[in-house]
Amino acid sequence: MNNLIDLEKKINSELGTKINTSEIKHNQIYLEIDSEDLIDVVLFVKTNKDTKFRQLIDITVVDYPERSKRFKIVYLFLSHEFNQRMILSYNISENEVIASLTPIFPSANWMEREVFDMYGVSFKDHPDLRRILTDYGFEGHPLRKDFPLTGHTEVRYSEDQKKVVNEPVKLEQNYRNFDYESPWEGTKYIKELTDSNDKKN
Amino acid sequence: MTKKIKNLNLNFGPQHPAAHGVLRLILELDGEVVEKADPHIGLLHRGTEKLIENKTYMQAVPYFDRLDYVAPMNQEHAFALAVEKILNIDVPIRAQFIRVMFCEIGRILSHILNVTTQALDVGALTPSLWGFEERETLMTFYERASGSRLHANYFRAGGVHQDLPAGLETDIAKFCETFPKIINDLENLLTDNRIFKQRNVDIGIVTKEDALDYSFSGVMIRGSGVPWDLRKSQPYDCYNQLEFKIPVGKNGDCYDRYLCRIEEMKESVKIIKQCLSKMEKGPIKSFDGKITPPSKKDIKQSMEALIHHFKLFTEGYRVPKDEIYTAVEAPKGEFGVYLISDGSSKPYKCKIRAPGFSHLQSMDYLIKGHMLADVPAVLGSLDIVFGEVDR
Repeated sequence: MNNLIDLEKKINSELGTKINTSEIKHNQIYLEIDSEDLIDVVLFVKTNKDTKFRQLIDITVVDYPERSKRFKIVYLFLSHEFNQRMILSYNISENEVIASLTPIFPSANWMEREVFDMYGVSFKDHPDLRRILTDYGFEGHPLRKDFPLTGHTEVRYSEDQKKVVNEPVKLEQNYRNFDYESPWEGTKYIKELTDSNDKKN
Repeated sequence: MTKKIKNLNLNFGPQHPAAHGVLRLILELDGEVVEKADPHIGLLHRGTEKLIENKTYMQAVPYFDRLDYVAPMNQEHAFALAVEKILNIDVPIRAQFIRVMFCEIGRILSHILNVTTQALDVGALTPSLWGFEERETLMTFYERASGSRLHANYFRAGGVHQDLPAGLETDIAKFCETFPKIINDLENLLTDNRIFKQRNVDIGIVTKEDALDYSFSGVMIRGSGVPWDLRKSQPYDCYNQLEFKIPVGKNGDCYDRYLCRIEEMKESVKIIKQCLSKMEKGPIKSFDGKITPPSKKDIKQSMEALIHHFKLFTEGYRVPKDEIYTAVEAPKGEFGVYLISDGSSKPYKCKIRAPGFSHLQSMDYLIKGHMLADVPAVLGSLDIVFGEVDR
C-alpha cells in the first residue's frame, strides 16, 4: 500500500496480537514485536500482496546494559513496490538465542554473523555462525557498551619471536573523556551538597 | 582402477592486485571451476561505529570519509541528512546544490575507478591511465572546496562547511564540457572490444528475484532490470528539482553493469551542469546558532559568539532523543545510517549500512560454476571498496 497510515492499519489488523506497538515517524513504520513472533511477522510482511517488504536492508542491535532485557534487535526492511521502509524491533535478555532469518532472506547470513561478532547474540539454525569482522582468535564483543574503546589487546611484530604477537594494551596516556556538559551547574559533589542542603531546609 | 580426485583449495589474497583491497577469498576448485567461495573480510576493520559512539556529531563526520574512500562526500551526506531530520532544520538551497553537485562528482570518481580497474582486471591497461587523469582533476575540485583531496570533511548538519572559492564553479563547468569526450574515448576502447566482451558478457548473472533476496542495491540491482534509484524514488536535498535518467540493464551480467556505470557518469555530468546553472549566491549553512558555529568575524566582536564557538567545539550540539534510518544513493548502492540519539551531544548508536557488504556476501552464489579467471571479473563488477565493507 502506498499510504503509510493504511499500511500500518493493515499490518495491525492482520497480525493483531503479534504487534506490541506501532508508530509512524520520519515517514517510516516502527513496529515492536515479541522475539518468538519474528518468523511469522517477517514471512507475512515479505509475502503479503499489500506489504511486499521484499528486501532486508540490515540487521543490528542496540545495547542498553542497564535494562534487564539488554539487547534491542532491529531489522530494517524496504518495499520497492510501495516505496516504504519499516523498522522492526524486539528486546531480548543477554543469553537468549533468537531465530535466524537466513531461510527467508539469504542476505541475513552475514548480517547475523556481524551481530554475533559485535554483540555476542546467538542465532538458532544459522548455517555458518562465525566471527566476521574481527581478527582470527579475537575475544569479546566490541560494540557492547561495556567493551572499552581502546580494546584489551594490541598487536605488534616481535623481533625476538619473529612473529606477530598480541599483548595487553599499554597506553602512554589514558583515553580522556571529558564531561563538557553544563559546567555552570557545578561539579558532582557540589551538586550533591546543594541537594542535601535543599532537603534539610 | 579408479583414481580419487580431491578438490583444490586456493587462497586468493589478502594481498592481491585484483582483490581491490584486502580481501581474502578461500576458493574451492574442481579443476578450473570454482565450487565454493568463502570471503574472509574484516582485515580493514577499524571499529568506526564504536568510535562514532564516543565522538560528538561534528567529530563523527570525518569517519564517513574513510568508509568508501573513493567517493567520500556521498557518505557524509547520509549522516548529515540523518542528523538534520532529527534536529528538524532546513538546509539553505545553495548548500543543497553544492552538496548534490559534490555527490555527483563523487559518483563519477567512483565509477571511473571501477570501470577502469575492472578493465585492468581483464587485461586492458590504457583505460586506467586515462581515467585516473580525470580523477585527479576531480580531486582538485574536492581540494579547492574543502582543503583535502580525499578525506573532505565538508558536509555539516545544516549545510556545508564553507562556500565555494572564487573560480571553482567555472572550472567545474569547463570540466563538464571536456569530460563527455573522455567517456566516449573509454567507450571506444571497451564497449565493443572483443576481449572485454568475452570476459564480461554472461558472467556473474543476477536475476531480479535474487537481486532482491540478496539485498542488492545501486548498479547491482539496476543491472538486473529493476528501475530503483533512491535519488528518484525517495528524493533527498534538491534531487527533485533536477532532471536525469536512470539507466537500467537487461541481462544482469557484468557487461550490463559496466554499461550502467558508463551511462550513470553521463547523467551525473548533466546533474552537475544543472546544479551549476541553478545555483545562486546565498547562505551555505543553517542560521541556527545552536548548531552552526559563528563566523570568525563575529567571534572577534561578540562575547556571545565566542561562548557559542567554545561550546560547539567542546561539548558539541545536542540532538534530541530519536531513532531514524536515512539512506542515500551512493555510487555503490544504498548507503544508510541508522542513528539513535539520546539527547546528549554524542550518538548512542550509529549503524552504518554499507552496500558493498551485501554485495560481497553474494560472492559464493555469483561465482559458483564459473572459471577461476572469472573471479576478478565478477569481483570487479561488484564494485567493492574495503573501507565500507569492513567499517
